[in-house]
Amino acid sequence: MKQKHTNTLATMKKVLRYLKHYRLLFVLSLLLAVVVVGLTLYLPILTGDAIDLIIAPGQVDFEALSPLLLRGVVIICITALCQWLMNISNNRITFGVVRRLRQDAFVRIQSLPLSYLDRRPVGDTVSRVIADADQFTDGLLMGFSQFFTGILTILGTLCFMLTLNLPMTVWVVVATPLSLFVASFIAKRTYNLFKKQSETRAEQTALIDEMIGSHKAVVAFAHEDEALRDFDEINGRLETVSRKAVFFSSLVNPSTRFVNNLVYAGVALIGALICLSDAGNLTLTVGGLSAFLTYAGQYTKPFNEISGVVTELQNSMACAARLFELIEAETEIPDAPDAAVLTDCEGRVELSDVSFSYTPDKPLIQDLNLALESGQRVAIVGPTGCGKTTVINLLMRFYDVCDGSIQVDGTDIRNMTRHSLRENYGMVLQETWLSAGTVRDNIAFGRPDASDEEVVAAAKAAHADGFIRRLPEGYGTVLGEDGGSLSQGQKQLLCIARLFLCLPPMLILDEATSSIDTRTELRIQNAFAALMKGRTSFIVAHRLSTVKEADVILVMKDGHVIEQGDHKTLLEKGGFYAELWGSQFEA
Amino acid sequence: MKIFLRCLRMYPKETILAPLFKLLEACFDLCVPLVVAAIIDKGIKGNDTALVWQLCGVLVLLAFVGLGWAITAQYFSAKAAVGSAARMRRELFAHMQSFTYAQTDRMGTSSMITRMTSDVNQLQTGVNITLRLLLRSPIIVFGAMIMAFTIDAGLALIFVAAIPLLAVVVFGVMLGGIPLYRKVQNRLDRVTAVTRENLSGVRPVRAFRKEGSEIDRFAAVNREQTSLQNKAGILTAVMNPVTYVIVNLAVILLIRQGAFAVHEGGITQGQVVALVNYMGQILVELVKMATSIFTVTKAVACGNRIGAVLDMPAGMAVTPAPDGTPIPSADTPAVVFDKVTMTYEGGGAPSLHDISFTAKRGMTVGIIGGTGSGKTTLVNLIPRFYEADEGTVSVFGLPVQCYDPEALRESIGVVPQKAELFKGTVRSNLLWGKETATDEELWEALEAAQAADFVREKEGQLDAPVEQKGRNLSGGQKQRLTIARALVGKPEILILDDSASALDFATDAKLRAALRELAGDPTVFIISQRTSSIRAADLIIVLDEGRAVGMGTHEELLRSCEVYREIHESQFKGGEA
Repeated sequence: MKQKHTNTLATMKKVLRYLKHYRLLFVLSLLLAVVVVGLTLYLPILTGDAIDLIIAPGQVDFEALSPLLLRGVVIICITALCQWLMNISNNRITFGVVRRLRQDAFVRIQSLPLSYLDRRPVGDTVSRVIADADQFTDGLLMGFSQFFTGILTILGTLCFMLTLNLPMTVWVVVATPLSLFVASFIAKRTYNLFKKQSETRAEQTALIDEMIGSHKAVVAFAHEDEALRDFDEINGRLETVSRKAVFFSSLVNPSTRFVNNLVYAGVALIGALICLSDAGNLTLTVGGLSAFLTYAGQYTKPFNEISGVVTELQNSMACAARLFELIEAETEIPDAPDAAVLTDCEGRVELSDVSFSYTPDKPLIQDLNLALESGQRVAIVGPTGCGKTTVINLLMRFYDVCDGSIQVDGTDIRNMTRHSLRENYGMVLQETWLSAGTVRDNIAFGRPDASDEEVVAAAKAAHADGFIRRLPEGYGTVLGEDGGSLSQGQKQLLCIARLFLCLPPMLILDEATSSIDTRTELRIQNAFAALMKGRTSFIVAHRLSTVKEADVILVMKDGHVIEQGDHKTLLEKGGFYAELWGSQFEA
Repeated sequence: MKIFLRCLRMYPKETILAPLFKLLEACFDLCVPLVVAAIIDKGIKGNDTALVWQLCGVLVLLAFVGLGWAITAQYFSAKAAVGSAARMRRELFAHMQSFTYAQTDRMGTSSMITRMTSDVNQLQTGVNITLRLLLRSPIIVFGAMIMAFTIDAGLALIFVAAIPLLAVVVFGVMLGGIPLYRKVQNRLDRVTAVTRENLSGVRPVRAFRKEGSEIDRFAAVNREQTSLQNKAGILTAVMNPVTYVIVNLAVILLIRQGAFAVHEGGITQGQVVALVNYMGQILVELVKMATSIFTVTKAVACGNRIGAVLDMPAGMAVTPAPDGTPIPSADTPAVVFDKVTMTYEGGGAPSLHDISFTAKRGMTVGIIGGTGSGKTTLVNLIPRFYEADEGTVSVFGLPVQCYDPEALRESIGVVPQKAELFKGTVRSNLLWGKETATDEELWEALEAAQAADFVREKEGQLDAPVEQKGRNLSGGQKQRLTIARALVGKPEILILDDSASALDFATDAKLRAALRELAGDPTVFIISQRTSSIRAADLIIVLDEGRAVGMGTHEELLRSCEVYREIHESQFKGGEA
């Protein structure tokens, strides 16, 4: 609990750092709040005074009343204006802070190590940037508009009440905490119910997510009845716990209202008795009593609001903490200031004694040695999950080696800028990725300045021109999120076209044609073959026919390179590769 | 609106009782200013201490009774809101379960999930707020006006003028704000899309060194969203100050006119205080009402989204078998396609065009063709996942439309292209194939699917946990488990839709050998990109852009079908050269 408290404080401090950008607006908002609260509280005194001028038939002081009422009108207008300006500046501050937070989070994502991003589901990070930031906005706005004015109102009312009458003020101050006590008593009881409710709800959402998300599988196995049975069971539990949670939590308002009504009755009693006992001294007039009653109502209200705001603020601080976790996550080791820029790359790649593992207790790649001359071709083969993709992660420096080194043209890749290293690699991955935009934009992703002719030429080389022309708007067709309605194979063709537009000196093809039918693949292979001439290439494939021509074949299994050599030597060796090779021709 | 009202009708008793008790509570609240007026006018001015005590006692009594009414009202409204939401959720779930593949395609998974979760939750809150608060506020507002009339009809006219003015402001801001907030929400969707896209494409983004331009793209949508938020904020920031002005100017007016009335002896000082208090109550209630109206409009919108789903006709029509259909015998072919054509909704050209073939019992049928040639579409017609537009698909002598869809699907085992597993254990996943299967049967299926080895190595074996979507398994393991799942039910027809793509050649070969040995001699459909996987099939169908361009055995097709020969050569030229 204490830990949680200090965390909240730490987060609050970080939020304050962001508020600095809005220092002036913030001060303005505070000033306006003071004015608004002060004037709002002054108004009942004014009305009280006015009422005191209206005593009985014939005893109405019209001369004093008119200027009093005029003053009231002016005050009302000023209050409203200040309140409006205050609302607007609060909006500006809050939305601005959140925009900056989001921006910083996004910028940070760009420099986070892949080890961080790979470990977390995309949805989790997205929900930090979007949903948590949103929740935080709500909390912050509410905090601004209610917490602050609430406290000011309480303090102000207290002062005004004191000027009116001491005994009644004492009664109100003593009795009000009772409503807070009642509220927190109920809140504690309902907390567990709400926790139970969100647990049950999460359980149900998981079931819905699975059964609806895989609806086709459910239908295929005629599993509907079983699914509905499971659903009903959870739904029933959810209904029971929700009903309790909703009911008990809804008791807060009537109960605190009840306490407030009691306080009100007490004020009326004490006030009336004072009026009766010292009618002559005029320490309390009827107008004063009326004003006091208004204050008593106003004084208790912020307490209810603030207890709501505190929960909301705590919640929003928890969200902000999740966002800060992202913003403060450790970035990749930045490029050294004296890092070399790889230019005129020849494509000599050397891996010496490379060891790597994603987690320290599970060694993956150990003592991998490989020396490639410019223009050589390496194929990496092996069963699914054997670590082929890991090698690529290391080459592109998505991950850094744990031990040993990788050199390009004789320079350790850790001593050159990431951008210049990646600029010299062209890659096509098995997992296609297209951005929302036109087909043309997607092909020209690596070279936005490419001419239309170049784009079409690249598409032709990737055998994508045909299907692109058949799209409704040709190269101008706008693709939805992740390629929209294109088939997996078509997406892969677009990714290959991207490569044909850049033509860097080193290539990485990770199952680049896995979703393309073999006839088209054969044609692309020919284009690839031409492309690979003079370029150092890394090819990952499970179709072995494509790797036969390679200069070196790395055969991997369970993260280890178990065989290394060219096609002929490996076949003669009669090991794992030979077995793999043989199996594809079995009928 | 329809769904929202239906929720209310589900619990008619509670829907009437909850606001009724709220009404009672409100009435008691409205009595308070009258009692205070009496304390001032009769107690203080009449110097009657006993009466002051009595009247304060009345105030305490009112507080107690009000609490009782309120609790009762809260109970009924919680019951109605939660109960109707639970029923709505069940109805939606059951309805969506009966959707066809085409309907699922049209709706989209994430939209179906949000409707069942956040939309229903919003609806629940909306119903609850309506029963509890929304009806209370107008009662107080109009109640205050009526009470004003009982005090002085002339002064009450000020109420009559102020209330419509307030209504115009509150509803005006709301109506103006709703479209603005919808825009803000849409812009937020864009921010989400950019973030999601950037994260899912970290590797390409970094490989192409696009970090800088991605940041610019994000900054643009982010800034746009903020400026829209500010714009919407300016409007909503108006509501509180304006209502404050109207109510308080009305108070000033009340005092002024009240002064004349008191001067002429029409009313007393205490009654002026009561009128001012009533005006104050209206302000408090209006603020509450404004927030609850926002919630309710949202709930109505969510209810409409739910209604749209429920209005979609679900399920498939079953036509009775025509009279005189021969009882299927051992000679009846398992699957017959007769001039079948099928077009996806929204797809221009047909995905399958005039396909006819006959698969006898026990046959193995291979289906091969390029990307998007219609292979999956063809097999999806057999369990009636989609309907053929023209021609008929018959299973065991009867058109598929004559079967109860569930019964039909129970006799067909499907292994989809994308391996999908469910949270639970290996066992719970396998039991999908047949609920009553024994362990022995499960192991038998695992053996045939080449999955027994890795399951045996897992801790707990059949009880080894499987995470949602089978995330804790490799692609190949998932595929083998989905194959085993289909085999458990000992289906009469088995469909393997490119289900071995993640398997290496050695395992794939072993799997094919095991499938040939299956007990019960099922009819097997195998979709593959590789000729090696289907060369042993009794019948191979070669598809090209939805048309069957070749049909026959491997040898026949090599001789007669150019497309098939090209596919074959593209895979074997390397090896056989």
